[in-house]
Amino acid sequence: MFREAWLTFIDFIRTFGALQLFFLRLLAATPSIFFHRFGLVVTQVYNAGALSLVIIMVCGFFVGAVLGLQGYSILSKFNAEDSIGTFAAFSLIKELGPVITALLFSGRAGTALASEIGLMKATDQLSAMEMMAINPLHRILVPRFIGGVISMPLLAAIFSIVGLFGAHLVGVGLLGVDAGAFWQQMVATLEPSDVYEGIIKSIVFGVVASLLAVWEGYNAVPTAEGVGRATTRTVVISAIAVLILDFMITAIFI
Amino acid sequence: MNDASDYLIEIRDLDYTRGHLRIFKGLNITIARGKITAIMGPSGTGKTTLLRLITRQLVPDCGTILIDGIDIAKLSLKDLYILRRRFGMLFQNGALLTDINVFENVAFPLREHTDLPNRLIRHIVLTKLHAVGLRGAADMMPSQLSGGMARRVALARAMVMDPDILIYDEPFVGLDPISMGVIVRLVRKMNDALGISSILVSHDVQEIATVADCSYLISDGKVAASGSPDELRNTSSDLVRQFMHGMADGPVAFHYAAPNYAEQLLGRDAE
Repeated sequence: MFREAWLTFIDFIRTFGALQLFFLRLLAATPSIFFHRFGLVVTQVYNAGALSLVIIMVCGFFVGAVLGLQGYSILSKFNAEDSIGTFAAFSLIKELGPVITALLFSGRAGTALASEIGLMKATDQLSAMEMMAINPLHRILVPRFIGGVISMPLLAAIFSIVGLFGAHLVGVGLLGVDAGAFWQQMVATLEPSDVYEGIIKSIVFGVVASLLAVWEGYNAVPTAEGVGRATTRTVVISAIAVLILDFMITAIFI
Repeated sequence: MNDASDYLIEIRDLDYTRGHLRIFKGLNITIARGKITAIMGPSGTGKTTLLRLITRQLVPDCGTILIDGIDIAKLSLKDLYILRRRFGMLFQNGALLTDINVFENVAFPLREHTDLPNRLIRHIVLTKLHAVGLRGAADMMPSQLSGGMARRVALARAMVMDPDILIYDEPFVGLDPISMGVIVRLVRKMNDALGISSILVSHDVQEIATVADCSYLISDGKVAASGSPDELRNTSSDLVRQFMHGMADGPVAFHYAAPNYAEQLLGRDAE
């Protein structure tokens, strides 16, 4: 049993090292693809970002609405219901926006990326590209990686904005909180560093979720079962990585 | 007697193992320049694996593969990609890119490697599609094609860059007799007219006989026989005769190794 645990540990270290090398290869190719094949990047921003908009906006609205209800319920006990805007803004911009967007992103766009790349591998499309002297890393993986990294912060921002709208609708529209107090308290208490924290988190989560999606797809066993497993692993590992990194970044900012 | 420069590809003492299965044991093959060379053999002998080794999609355990005298194992990735521009490969399942249509699939290598104007790319692509009889399918998506049509589109894509070496992995599978006749003639005509060299992996003994200049029969990790299709057909070797004439009995067992049939049916094999 000790030997099995040791072998699993060694295997984990080996995979982690390979993932880092893969990340460096993606980063090394990123500038040339970004500047010379920008059209491919735009397509992937559309696939990963624009096609995720509906799910992000719907979830953002309801998360904001729930924050409005919960915030009112708690804050009214201290006669501080006017601070709902601050409560919702802090929660959304610093935490829920980046984290929930990253989880939804890995569930929607990450799985799509992993399964697409895995199926391309299973159907020899990547091998065919190699035989056409076209490096799949440049043509397929890097544009998808960059597209994901660009999309994530934009989606997180949209999530937070729509969430604030949801909180405003519930707090001001349904529960009668003063609209002026809602916005004024939010603007007065929110610091630029709070917004930076949210932006940094969403960029880091975008890098991690996109990296794991293309990594899992590219290393999928080229069978139906292998692609399915890669897709599942993308969601599970991304979720774990996002939550651990969220804790680490929060600890740094505090 | 052939001069060394007559050979485009030389495979020497090739060993390759996958998992615990030793696929090649000291394989030696030469591919003649300007000829069509067929690689044949029973299922599971590693014919597709051999093609992947020749194109360095796989790396052998030992042995050398020389292309024009260059050891491909020693090439940098950049040089390997430069060398691969000389190859065109038809995959078993076509391997068309599923997110773009037939026209764009064939145009794909041209768009990636050249700065040709769209008008010229269109001209070249339509010419190649016409050669495989699918000019009318240019706007279709790969998902709308039958297996045979997809392979014909893949053939058009493989030859769109006018390669020096064309590699066909099971090109005749799934083709109707008309398409097969056209493709066989096309393979022959391209080889002769453009002076390219072709490597063809197939089970189809009849079609190989009409198109190949030289054939290798691989069995048990080695070359079991080589020569022109007629020479193979008239050989005295039991293994070659069994394969070429499709006989059930012979050195190559139809059944994969298994316990005694009656014992297994009676459940005694588990005891």
